[in-house]
Amino acid sequence: MSRHLIDRLFQSIIVLAVMSFVIYGLMGLMPGDPIDLMISSNPDVTSEDAARLRALYGLDKPITERYFNWLKAALGGDFGYSRIHAKPVPDVLFPALGNTVILLGLSVVLSLLIGLPAGIRAAVHPYSKTDYTINLAAFAGISVPPFWLALLLIIVFAVILGVLPAGGMGTVGDTGFWDSLKFLVLPVASLTIASVGGHTRYMRAAMMETLRQDYIRTARAKGLNERQVVLGHALRNAMIPVVTIVALDFGALFSGALITETIFAYPGMGRMIFDAIMGNDFNLALVALLFATLLTLVGNFLADVAYVWLDPRITFHQVET
Amino acid sequence: MNPLVRPGSMAALTLRRFFRHRLAIASAIVLVLFAILALAAPLIAAALGADGEEVNLFNRFAAPSGDHPLGTDELGRDVLVRLLKGGRVSLFVGLSAAVIAAVLGTVIGLVSGYHGGRLDGFLMRFTDGIIALPLLPLLIVLAALDLNKLGLPDFILESGNVSLYRIVIIVALVGWTTVARLVRGSALSLRQRTFVLAARAQGAGALRIMTVHILPNLASPIIVATTLTTGNVILLESVLSFLGLGIQPPIPSWGNLLTNAQELIWTAPALAFYPGTLIFITVIAFNFLGDGIQDALDPKAVER
Repeated sequence: MSRHLIDRLFQSIIVLAVMSFVIYGLMGLMPGDPIDLMISSNPDVTSEDAARLRALYGLDKPITERYFNWLKAALGGDFGYSRIHAKPVPDVLFPALGNTVILLGLSVVLSLLIGLPAGIRAAVHPYSKTDYTINLAAFAGISVPPFWLALLLIIVFAVILGVLPAGGMGTVGDTGFWDSLKFLVLPVASLTIASVGGHTRYMRAAMMETLRQDYIRTARAKGLNERQVVLGHALRNAMIPVVTIVALDFGALFSGALITETIFAYPGMGRMIFDAIMGNDFNLALVALLFATLLTLVGNFLADVAYVWLDPRITFHQVET
Repeated sequence: MNPLVRPGSMAALTLRRFFRHRLAIASAIVLVLFAILALAAPLIAAALGADGEEVNLFNRFAAPSGDHPLGTDELGRDVLVRLLKGGRVSLFVGLSAAVIAAVLGTVIGLVSGYHGGRLDGFLMRFTDGIIALPLLPLLIVLAALDLNKLGLPDFILESGNVSLYRIVIIVALVGWTTVARLVRGSALSLRQRTFVLAARAQGAGALRIMTVHILPNLASPIIVATTLTTGNVILLESVLSFLGLGIQPPIPSWGNLLTNAQELIWTAPALAFYPGTLIFITVIAFNFLGDGIQDALDPKAVER
């Protein structure tokens, strides 16, 4: 592993550590208080009892001390209990993560299968009618409010046509594969539409840049046809920035998943984070947010690794002048 | 043609390239139109005799008519007036947050690019760190914070517009990264140029070189990034308001007009249609505009 990657790894760990403290601090600024929530259903609790409870849970200590206590427990594998779900945090987190991986995986694959060929086509005929149409569609995908798109899909396919379910993950009592697939169609479609525009634009920009290079002129000069020039010579180099950006986009994708899952009542991580924040489930919200940050950082790190691996010219040792 | 622009000059070339970008022109016209309509909202409301807040339960879900050109909503309020007032809020939030983000990004990028070295390293790692975060969940946390626990003075907490200022600030806090990176990249190469060296030889200080000599040369990346950021910011505002965390009713915004839309999908799908369409048109117009300006300002772009 190169020096650069080790630096980046180290950096990611620092970001994660800083974020854990920031998020911990932010949780303390949320409306409501764990003790208030605990005693709100019990009118017999006096203010002395509340103070005792606060001391028992260490909530009367300064924030840095509480943070380090939490960190010590977390590093030892104790992430606390989720208030809403009444289960240990990991038991809630991992099933939701699995659902999100299915949703995101399907839509990223679909989005790349549509976006990359579209971007290449647009770049090969720049400023033509085809390019114009593809660009228009890509911009439309980038600009559409994701939650509104989801609502429109529900209106058309669930309300008017009545062919697909409006939300959830399966019909009660039916655990068949086709039934689950039916529930995935609309969420996957709305996430795909939200990300395909970006993928198309990246591919188009990268391909156009590559086609301006001298070695492409050489390839054309030696008599290769356009197909061989684009797919055989240009594509490999044009893919380098695209691969990186796709990996870097992980954070944005996760944000998209939060919206989609909330609207389609899909039990994934985005919706779980939203519900945890809204329901004052501090333990769950904290760990889930940190986990989402960790996943995004892993995505960024993989982007770096891919960059070095795909482009042997890059060494990261040159000093900027 | 503009008499201030000499034919054949760089500015004339830029203008000509911009006018060739028909979508960008159409977008600019649409945005100006929206801005005028939003500013004229009180006049239109007075002309219709509906303020968009008055509840009339005998006239719920009314069909479009002379009194209510787009009908009424679930509380009998005029839909058109609410859309226009919502537009005022959404456009104000979008533009002000984008401008604050641009200023923040310019300062950080300029200082980072001009000074270089350790400071640059630190500021850029900080920017990378912000970019690497899952933004929406964090924005939701920031939007859900209890402002009373921050110890803000009462006059801020009690003003009815607190949700407006809060959203502008938190969106600006995450929106500056694009501008910062672009500005830093350009500043890094500009500081090596001879005119900067000449200024330094004449005894100009760092602040003067940054503001007088480097900043004017950064206008194009800043304009492009700010235009594109505005579109993004309007989208973010609408998402947060839709989730009930952005602009709080009774202040209407295009995002919170859609909050109830999901429950009313079966009874009044049109209510979900209008605000979303307006957000969509506005955001796509800002994106086209940014793209058009970028093409027009890019000296490498091929003449079509």
